[in-house]
Amino acid sequence: MGGQAQDRPAVIGGGVMGSAIAAMALGHGVPVTLVEIDGEAVELAKGRVAQQLRHGRLMGAFPDVAEGELTATTDLSAAKDATAVIEAIIEDDKVKATVLGELAALVAPGTPLITNTSGIPVDELAEAVERPADLLATHFMNPAYLIRTVEVVRGPRTGQSTLDAVLGLLERLSRKPIVVGDSPGFVTSRLLHPMINDAARLVEEGTASVEAVDELMQGCLGHPTGPLRTADLIGLDNLADALRALAERTGDPRHAPCALLQSKVADGHLGRKTGRGFYEYGKVF
Amino acid sequence: MNDVSTTATPARTPAAVTREIREFLTGRIKQDVPVDQDLFRTGLVSSMFAMELVVFLEQTYGIAIVGPDLKLDNFRTVEGMTALVGRLLDE
Repeated sequence: MGGQAQDRPAVIGGGVMGSAIAAMALGHGVPVTLVEIDGEAVELAKGRVAQQLRHGRLMGAFPDVAEGELTATTDLSAAKDATAVIEAIIEDDKVKATVLGELAALVAPGTPLITNTSGIPVDELAEAVERPADLLATHFMNPAYLIRTVEVVRGPRTGQSTLDAVLGLLERLSRKPIVVGDSPGFVTSRLLHPMINDAARLVEEGTASVEAVDELMQGCLGHPTGPLRTADLIGLDNLADALRALAERTGDPRHAPCALLQSKVADGHLGRKTGRGFYEYGKVF
Repeated sequence: MNDVSTTATPARTPAAVTREIREFLTGRIKQDVPVDQDLFRTGLVSSMFAMELVVFLEQTYGIAIVGPDLKLDNFRTVEGMTALVGRLLDE
């Protein structure tokens, strides 16, 4: 188990998702180049990756191999010789398009360009790259090093060789990729995010407490954590952004983030990453 | 005269460590847990909270939990964590 000797992925963005994807690869013995925007962000990302590697080890998520070497830098050109590039920056279509355009111009033709997104259609982003056949999307769940199943999104212009290369990489990293077509929110976000929004509305309306919603969904319907604890793990700001994007692209106003979600974001209560969201947390990650 | 310091920090007895871990758990999961209860099997503790437990023990007792000690079985029960802390404090 573990990556092949030639795997040298680059991860662009060392936030919660980017660092977790990097940790997942490093834990499988694969060297990773991680690019962040400035020195402070590089240091934060390195600390996050180190902690996520420990978490993965604790949970038995990695094979018994030496960790890959992490190269963390602010220099985007460090991704030039990567065997695959995973863009995991903020969930903003314009910013993603800009970065993907720069990456497409940097790497060799045929290098898979992977945008990690919870719901921005691949074909929208494909407009920004020189070779749309090299682009596809993944939607890793958080934490990426613990959740093996990965949603892989093939756009209408994604090439077969790109898809095959990405599936091969994911399988070498012990992931279970599930390929779906291109659509706003793909499958998982299209189903999960509106449900979380409705769960928050039920709390907002006074129908049920946060705990009651989650306990019912866990105990009656087998949801692993309950929708509101899941929201805290996703990050309420990310969730609100994704819901806005879903509302815009589907034209369904019910997908717009509810008032309670918006107020928590405005108050800086973004979930587990800030220590408070629908629940209170200790600060570890 | 015996050369015994009266200002040294009291030794962390297993009973004290057990009490402190249980207090931490009670504060976070809002219920008291028997020392031999499997926190993961009973669903009281998630994989994310498991890492918080590791950090809590490291910071509270000034220990580093690394290598083969960093495995879930060491954190399944309060008594298991007490034993781990005791061993690492003795090293």
